[in-house]
Amino acid sequence: MASIKDQFVIPGKMKTWSYSLIGVGLVALLAGLFTKGFSKDEHEQAVFWGTLMYNTIFWTLVCNAAMFFICVTTMAWGGWQQSFRRVPEAISTLVPIFGSITFVVLIYVVFIGHNHHIYHWIDDAAVEADPILKGKKGFLNTKFFLVWTTLAITLWSVLGWRMRKLSSEADQAAMDHETGASFIKRNTVVAAMFLVWFGLTVGSTIPWLWMMSIDAHWYSTMYSWYTFASSFVSGMSLIALWVIYLKNKGYLEYTNQEHLHDIGKFMFAFSVFWTYLWFSQYMLIWYANIPEETVYFKHRVQGPYKGIFFLNLIINFLAPLLILMKRAAKRNYTLVTFMAIVILFGHWIDFYQMIMGSVSKEHVTLGWLDFGILSLFVGLMILFTGKALASKPLVPKHHPFLKESILHHT
Amino acid sequence: MAKKKFVVGCFDDENVLFPAVKKVRTAGYKIHDVYTPYPVHGLDKALGLRETSLHTAGFIYGITGTTTAISAISWIFTKDWPLNIGGKPHFALPAWVPIMFELTVLFAAVGMVLTFCYLCQLAPFVKKHHFHARATDDLFVMAIECTDKTNVDDLQAFLSNAGAVETNVQVAETGWWLGRYDKDEMPFENKEVATA
Repeated sequence: MASIKDQFVIPGKMKTWSYSLIGVGLVALLAGLFTKGFSKDEHEQAVFWGTLMYNTIFWTLVCNAAMFFICVTTMAWGGWQQSFRRVPEAISTLVPIFGSITFVVLIYVVFIGHNHHIYHWIDDAAVEADPILKGKKGFLNTKFFLVWTTLAITLWSVLGWRMRKLSSEADQAAMDHETGASFIKRNTVVAAMFLVWFGLTVGSTIPWLWMMSIDAHWYSTMYSWYTFASSFVSGMSLIALWVIYLKNKGYLEYTNQEHLHDIGKFMFAFSVFWTYLWFSQYMLIWYANIPEETVYFKHRVQGPYKGIFFLNLIINFLAPLLILMKRAAKRNYTLVTFMAIVILFGHWIDFYQMIMGSVSKEHVTLGWLDFGILSLFVGLMILFTGKALASKPLVPKHHPFLKESILHHT
Repeated sequence: MAKKKFVVGCFDDENVLFPAVKKVRTAGYKIHDVYTPYPVHGLDKALGLRETSLHTAGFIYGITGTTTAISAISWIFTKDWPLNIGGKPHFALPAWVPIMFELTVLFAAVGMVLTFCYLCQLAPFVKKHHFHARATDDLFVMAIECTDKTNVDDLQAFLSNAGAVETNVQVAETGWWLGRYDKDEMPFENKEVATA
């Protein structure tokens, strides 16, 4: 035990990279704020805040998906993930941070900026004159939005924090059978609570409130699952990237190709699951061809977003399907790294078209601001995940299921 | 099909079998096969078997299914018998995707099952030699192919040393023949074992 590298030390290069990415991001943020955010044109303002929104929502949900992964495997009494479980745990420490940014942005859009170009339903006069919006008022109103957003972000953070705290107990002392059993049981209970809350938020209401309500008239019952699939597959890719990074640095000795293979399977399977939802949502609306429903796809399939919309399908479906299908590919560090980056980028683009495709229907706004803000979030992600990784041993030494993970064989 | 001579070693423990397989292979004997009551994890690696190509075959069957579906439907709906269905275009790709998917799965599944049966020579009325009836119950049975130079007694002693609980010599058909297990000979009846 003593010989393995158990304590992550943040390399100087990683710090330089994260600070420079954050620097670039801040410059882009300020430039965006002055050119678009303070612009007289309300559409320009909407573009600025919309860009912030999809980036922060994407990264919050992706980091939350890491905690979802921990909780789901805990609920299933999985053993294989124990040798690298500190990686998703570290990623999930970003939920409170990105959650707060999301909270600030959303609260600004709804209450301070009162940006009805993004959320049409916050305009009281418009709601009164509109029977459809009036019918949705019980759900789509600013009070409920505030309460539910606050609750969602807080409970994700708190329950995630409790899971991580429980996990730290596995660092302290060897557990006998009794202690081990109760440790697993307590883990299961917190994981179950997280999952129920996750289902009530990410699995249903939160994507409706934050994203689907931009098209206030339109709705799709697939939307939340679609968002969830998008964020989960990106979360798995992010975990894969960090695991490979740590392996390259000589950490995570117990994690090997067998574990990478299973992470790769998740990336493959949930790419296909995402496509299944993409297609189910698209085909039903295409088939019925009812104007209230096709309004969402009109400017995406036939308008300016056509290119991005179908590119999205190619990089998020065809690429993972064909490249990750083979067993050897999922066990190959280089290929998994490449695909993880492709998938993360693809789903970032997916979130882009989900939000900006509705905020700015006439023009594709993808440009320096988007990549600048992305760089800000990537920088923050690297900085804080690195810090979280360094704050704990990388392997939960006394976890009752650790041996199962060491022996893991796919 | 040719008859060959085999030396058969029976093991009653997985933990003895693995080192025995290793010893037999390093000693240079050719293992014909190991028959086990249940799938043993890692035995294929220990035996040095190559990775199966069944999944590659599956992929090919799958894309054959996709191609069949797309070419059949597009020909039917655009050339052979164009119908106006709800004002949709004749080439209505989204509506065909479920069928393309189903045929992909059907072709892949049926094709892989048939290929598997072919590779394992499994079919009704196809019979093969059983080295030991208890291979389906609680024994791990290792059959080693003999050459002209194999010293049978040495090999039997070698297997016993490696932990075999029972060893014997059999001259057996390597391929399959037509027959019925319930009519012809009963696998559990004590067979004539040729001793060379």
